[in-house]
Amino acid sequence: MRFVKAFFRFWYDFIIGDDWKIAAAVVIVLLAGALVVLAGAGSSAVLPALLGLGIGAAFTVSLLIDTPPRGG
Amino acid sequence: MGSGALWGLAVATFAAAAVEVVEALTVVLAMGVTRSWRSALVGSGVALVALAGFTAITGYALVSWLPRSALQLTVGTLLLIFGLQWLRKAILRSAGRKAVHDEDEAFRGQTEAARAASSQRRLGLDWFSFVVSVKAVFLEGVEVVFIVITFGLNANNVPVAVIAALAAIVVVVAAGVLARGPLTRVPENTLKYGVGLMLASFGTFWAVEGLGALRPGSESLTWPGGDVAVLALLAGWFLLSRALVTRYRSATQPRGGATR
Repeated sequence: MRFVKAFFRFWYDFIIGDDWKIAAAVVIVLLAGALVVLAGAGSSAVLPALLGLGIGAAFTVSLLIDTPPRGG
Repeated sequence: MGSGALWGLAVATFAAAAVEVVEALTVVLAMGVTRSWRSALVGSGVALVALAGFTAITGYALVSWLPRSALQLTVGTLLLIFGLQWLRKAILRSAGRKAVHDEDEAFRGQTEAARAASSQRRLGLDWFSFVVSVKAVFLEGVEVVFIVITFGLNANNVPVAVIAALAAIVVVVAAGVLARGPLTRVPENTLKYGVGLMLASFGTFWAVEGLGALRPGSESLTWPGGDVAVLALLAGWFLLSRALVTRYRSATQPRGGATR
């Protein structure tokens, strides 16, 4: 049991790291992208660029929530 | 592939791998100096063997069973998360909202923890230094493996990426042996900022292309401009990070008065 716990702890630390909100931000945007692709819009030339902008925006939001600029 | 692009791939992989190896080296040195060199080195060796096995199994599985787009989605997403974690720390450090990483300080912290830990022996080894060394080398090593896969496959030249990563390991370990201590002179914070930008850019590029795995035929999505889009992403992440640093700095400066 301790080994299983340590195993999952290791991979959690490795993938999620210090701030889970960043991983959540990435996953949310990619899930949205996956839904658009599944809906048949995967060949759209603007989709990758929109998803890139979405990842940038989601990262910004997660960072500002985690460390507010006026939070000291 | 032109020689300029080849050097670009080699330098990018070398820098990214070097940062990871410096961190692993600091931990192994701390364990060796304070507790047991034998246990720390055996732990590092075990981690390298485990890493080779992990790379062989996952590499075979990813290349043999998954279409390229699924590989891009899996590795790209992981790389993107790592890259953004690094970028977050770099932004907060540049803005003075987080202490600058100091390898000397990290070494002191590790040695204090090593001295405070209980002395437990298993299989003739000091168990604490063995386990800590295994974990550090394996964890940093897996990140190097993902970097080599992404940078190498993206440039269609995995051998150059592998050679650059191995060169980084040899150079950093040799420098550590010569310095007989943690590598405090490596401009780690600047390197981490640069590597964070690269990982975030390649990660975004790959993760988004990889969503094509969900299309009939599993064909990767295509960025406008093809591979050149990586440069646009690099510029975009750099500009966003500078804008965030400026935002944090202006928020912490006193309003209406002189700012020193």
